[in-house]
Amino acid sequence: MSQHSGDWWYDEAAGPMVRPYAMVSGRTRPKPAGEDLTLTTQVRALRTNSEQGTLSVEHLEIIKLCRKPLSVAEVAAYLHAPLVVVKVLLSDLIQRGDVITRDPSRTAVPVDMNLLQKVLDGVRAI
Amino acid sequence: MVSVQSEQVREDLSVPSSVKIVIAGGFGVGKTTMVGAVSEITPLRTEELLTEAGEEIDDLAGVEGKNTTTVALDFGRITISSELVLYLFGTPGQDRFWFMWDELAVGSIGAVVLVDTRRLEAGFGAIDFFERRRIPFIVAVNCFEGSHSYTAQEMRVALDVSDNVPLVLCDARDRESCKKVLVSVIEHAMNRLDVMA
Ligand SMILES: Nc1nc2c(ncn2[C@@H]2O[C@H](COP(=O)(O)OP(=O)(O)O)[C@@H](O)[C@H]2O)c(=O)[nH]1
Ligand SMILES: [Mg+2]
Repeated sequence: MSQHSGDWWYDEAAGPMVRPYAMVSGRTRPKPAGEDLTLTTQVRALRTNSEQGTLSVEHLEIIKLCRKPLSVAEVAAYLHAPLVVVKVLLSDLIQRGDVITRDPSRTAVPVDMNLLQKVLDGVRAI
Repeated sequence: MVSVQSEQVREDLSVPSSVKIVIAGGFGVGKTTMVGAVSEITPLRTEELLTEAGEEIDDLAGVEGKNTTTVALDFGRITISSELVLYLFGTPGQDRFWFMWDELAVGSIGAVVLVDTRRLEAGFGAIDFFERRRIPFIVAVNCFEGSHSYTAQEMRVALDVSDNVPLVLCDARDRESCKKVLVSVIEHAMNRLDVMA
């Protein structure tokens, strides 16, 4: 999964992030568009005609990964990048409109009986 | 214009929502094994960046040049439907990563405290954590072969958990057994919701 995700910044021996700061071009925090991202927030790439010339290899990889909806944690795992870095990269893409997440007002799923019943049925069915 | 908007709405609706269950417990009790037994994908590992002192890094400014380390989270996934995904997160073992536990616990539907009868005390921290936060949890005893078998009541006493916390025996390597553990924690969460309503 990670072979082409940039050997130049993932180093098995040195650890997962050699230069996290460089990865996000000196930006330190997710843009507001990505502030509410949690481990399990689902993200999905949209088919857009946006200009991709300014995107990094990692941005493009995220777009590819997210053709199917994935959680932030899954994106980080497949990219071999720390969560904090992935959140910054995702926030760029969300702001550009390349990636969507659930409407923030619906991000926190209220835990109610209906939801728990669905989870229960789902687990029983596997 | 109208068609663009409705297309966006449709795409937005097609982003699923997610829930999570936390699998907690001491190092080596079988958390990752349990996640792997029920997950539809091989457990994934994600890493959070920390300072060497174990503090959270939520700002990358000045990270360069600082000594950083990582804390790893193992997790698995069960797709419930096209609209709902369940994630199972194992907690990091070491106690200095409590802040990661907080991030995991927030919004979780429930937790499994996995214990090993050879080192029951390794479960104390986790039990205490979920009790304090009022997160529905159950205790699952991973029955390693050759381990001394206690009665459920003996384990309750040793772990100091009340009778209203379900305690189940399991084999973390066995899918059906781990399914029962998940069913138990979800049902417990439902009972708790019922009591509060
Ligand atoms: N014999 C036996 N070994 C187990 C069982 N559950 C886990 N293990 C082994 O115990 C070790 C630690 O398990 P792991 O899932 O990595 O523990 P974690 O640190 O809690 O994630 C691994 O080598 C597992 O294969 C079990 O029920 N029986
Ligand atoms: Mg583990």
